[in-house]
Amino acid sequence: MLDIRTTAESALRGRAGGKQLHVAGHLRRLEAESIHILRETAAEFRKPVMLYSIGKDSSVLLHLAMKAFHPGKPPFPMLHVDTTWKFREMIAFRDMRARELGLDLIVHTNDDGLSQGIDPFTHGSARYTDVMKTQALRQALDLHGFDAAIGGARRDEEKSRAKERVFSHRSAAHRWDPKNQRPELWGLYNTMLAPGESMRVFPLSNWTELDVWDYILLEDIPIVPLYLAASRPVVERDGALIMVDDDRMPLQPGEEPQWRSVRFRTLGCYPLTGATTSTAATLPEIVQEMMASRTSERQGRMIDRDSPASMERKKAEGYF
Amino acid sequence: MSYHEAPTIAASDAPRLEQDDRPTLRFVTCGSVDDGKSTLVGRLLYDSKTLLDDQLDALASESRTVGTTGGDLDFALLVDGLQAEREQGITIDVAYRFFATRLRRFIVADTPGHAQYTRNMATGASNADLAVVLVDARKGVITQTKRHSHILSLLGIRHVVLAVNKMDLVGFDGDRFASITAEYLTLAGQLGISQVQCIPVVAPDGDNIVAASTRMPWYTGPTITAYLESVDVAGDVSQRPFRLPVQWVNRPHADFRGFCGRIASGTIAVGDAVRAQPSGRRTRVARILTPAGECNQAGAGESITLTLADEIDVSRGDVLTSGSAAQVSDQLAAHLVWFDDEAMVAGRRYLLKCGTASTGAVIATLKHRIAIDTMAQESAATLDVNEIGYVHLNLDRPLVFEAYRDDREMGSFILIDPIGHRTAAAGMIDMSLRRATNIHWQPLAVDKSVRARLKQQRPCVLWFTGLSGAGKSTIADLVDRRLAEQGRHAALLDGDNLRHGINRDLGFSNAERTENVRRVTEIAALFVDAGLIALVALISPFRSERELARRRLEAGEFIEIHVATPLAECERRDPKGLYRKARAGELPAFTGIDQPYEAPLAPEITIDTSELSSEAACERIIRYLREHNYL
Repeated sequence: MLDIRTTAESALRGRAGGKQLHVAGHLRRLEAESIHILRETAAEFRKPVMLYSIGKDSSVLLHLAMKAFHPGKPPFPMLHVDTTWKFREMIAFRDMRARELGLDLIVHTNDDGLSQGIDPFTHGSARYTDVMKTQALRQALDLHGFDAAIGGARRDEEKSRAKERVFSHRSAAHRWDPKNQRPELWGLYNTMLAPGESMRVFPLSNWTELDVWDYILLEDIPIVPLYLAASRPVVERDGALIMVDDDRMPLQPGEEPQWRSVRFRTLGCYPLTGATTSTAATLPEIVQEMMASRTSERQGRMIDRDSPASMERKKAEGYF
Repeated sequence: MSYHEAPTIAASDAPRLEQDDRPTLRFVTCGSVDDGKSTLVGRLLYDSKTLLDDQLDALASESRTVGTTGGDLDFALLVDGLQAEREQGITIDVAYRFFATRLRRFIVADTPGHAQYTRNMATGASNADLAVVLVDARKGVITQTKRHSHILSLLGIRHVVLAVNKMDLVGFDGDRFASITAEYLTLAGQLGISQVQCIPVVAPDGDNIVAASTRMPWYTGPTITAYLESVDVAGDVSQRPFRLPVQWVNRPHADFRGFCGRIASGTIAVGDAVRAQPSGRRTRVARILTPAGECNQAGAGESITLTLADEIDVSRGDVLTSGSAAQVSDQLAAHLVWFDDEAMVAGRRYLLKCGTASTGAVIATLKHRIAIDTMAQESAATLDVNEIGYVHLNLDRPLVFEAYRDDREMGSFILIDPIGHRTAAAGMIDMSLRRATNIHWQPLAVDKSVRARLKQQRPCVLWFTGLSGAGKSTIADLVDRRLAEQGRHAALLDGDNLRHGINRDLGFSNAERTENVRRVTEIAALFVDAGLIALVALISPFRSERELARRRLEAGEFIEIHVATPLAECERRDPKGLYRKARAGELPAFTGIDQPYEAPLAPEITIDTSELSSEAACERIIRYLREHNYL
């Protein structure tokens, strides 16, 4: 495993720019708001959990949680919904971080889906996502009786996310009712729940993708190496570069994995996550590339493309 | 790597990072439906080059299929994110958008124009520094404009941009613009909105959005963007006295006790004298932990953890202050914007949340309602959804606060319906109805931690809830006796017995049951203050009332014991013959028969006496108290 911190630090130190980061004031305000939200969650709910998806947003969220409760540990466990199709490097990174920080990590997989052999290649991304992600998450929340689930979603990600509350109410069936959201004023959050109901909490609501990268840079937060460019075996499929992460991926006639310098802007299940051609191998280079980018990060996600308003529908059904 | 050792960065990044010192302006857009708010925001995103290629492609294709602009780019589609909105062509919920220009970052809350969605507008305004109010040049200032401006003024917005849209549809008529401007300035003056900038625009075409319009040469003022980039909205909360609403007490181990929260106003330094309010206890700041590490001082807006020089009782909902004391009162006058479809009723109980404090509250009287069209105060018995009024509130416990006009964070609250949990109203505190000096709390030299040490027990409430005949009193009595045998100090509050004395004036209506539980809660809390273990045996059928009791006490002091004997078994036992009477219709509103019992969701202890003897139940409770260090 590549040690990102060392890479990023040496990259930073290797340059003699001499300029201080000026983003601090802006990022410190976002940080203070997120920590406030995390503490509210700990104070107001019986049994909160933090959803840890291993991506960059989760890395930032975990970092903020460590700060919010320092010198103690976060008073809630981490939950990873493992579809069994995540990049291998993600799983290795997850286990390493949990060990390093002494986290209480719960890994949940939808065993029903697994035994039915649901996979993203034969069942299509919509069905697969529903069974292995949405239903799996609901199972895990029900199994442990969590009444609040903290996630890393941001309002700048997608149009229906832009309307999501910081504390977003879910019915006993885990459904989101976008037309009946609780008004959220000032920093006051209505955290009351009826039996079986739960709350999704989004401490990064007001962050943008660039804020996340700037903060990772500023705070030197470890991230999965897949975010950095490296030579990786990929095939081009439906206009996207899909990495052949293991031999479960069926190659179509004529498909031959090509070694290309690529990186990922978002991470998920490898068959559904498109890579971008890039040579940005350090954090500052990533931020540079972001600044010049002319496409949004969700473009790399196959599942958002399934149908119009697909994110809104998935959210209503309980997807994060 | 700490904040102070910020890494150096590539020279090529320098221009961007210098720009990124830009402050953030939060603004809200409001106006009537079809005035073009979403189009204006979409246009701002488009012109600030915030939109990326794939988003522009999606916009172009959606404009052709569902757009309302005949195939031209329909900018409203950028912000009308929910499917239902696209189908109906209206905005039904507040959306937050982010963009930046060379000089500033912006967070914009795009809010709906429909009358029934006024609450969303108030939501967007609550965190805004400035508002962009849209009017249709053909219609001018209408009722919705007045309503929204009034809400803006109540929510403390002092800066308004009046965007007079659709100027193309009035032939770019400068006189029309001038008359709308004059009318709005009069309105703003009445509302105390001190800074108004009126700008004529055509949102879909971008006139006076970023670039000055060539079609309205008579207008020489700033464009929307130029104004938003330059307006000074700073209200300096760091100059006010230090206020830290305590959010969370951090006790990871015996040697650390930190008080966490986000500083509402002022600054604090190590060694500063602070007081805990409402108790009034004084001490000094020992350490300040910030997200960037340990620091000597911190200021407004920072989320910090303080440790104090002396061990004093401070818990969530208290406020640490220095300099002049914050106000404390249990009777308040406040403005309310009513959100709930169920009308406000004087005398009803709500849960009030202000800062990190929660308390039960009763709306004592509605002093007046405000007629939106005329701003006149009129007498009324109730407030309907989207109406604004001025009320007197009685709180269950004293609240530490400031007037909203002085401090938004310490002066704002929400009211929550205790049954349906809807956010029923947003409130802005005007003033205390009692002189603060009259209710200044006497700091007590002997507090409960001292008493508890004397008694060698941790005071708490054992709250037995369950159906009539479930065995609550029997088990509570056994526990009481066991505690006495062990030389512990406890007191038993039995629901039936209390109804002979302090609660003799109460019947069994929902309101009276609620009051019954409130009184018992207060007595139990006093016992806890005295260092006792209070045993409460009370049907207490409503979850919300038990929740209020839990909130009345500190974390760990409320132990809910669900005596979960099934209804059939209780009815079979019927020790007092009550079920027989209830079935015969002689006892109306009998819990379990014609009134619901709401079982606890996560009680600390559950006991079913059809499976467990009273003695075994008593043992289980004593074991719980030992294992959790109460004994």
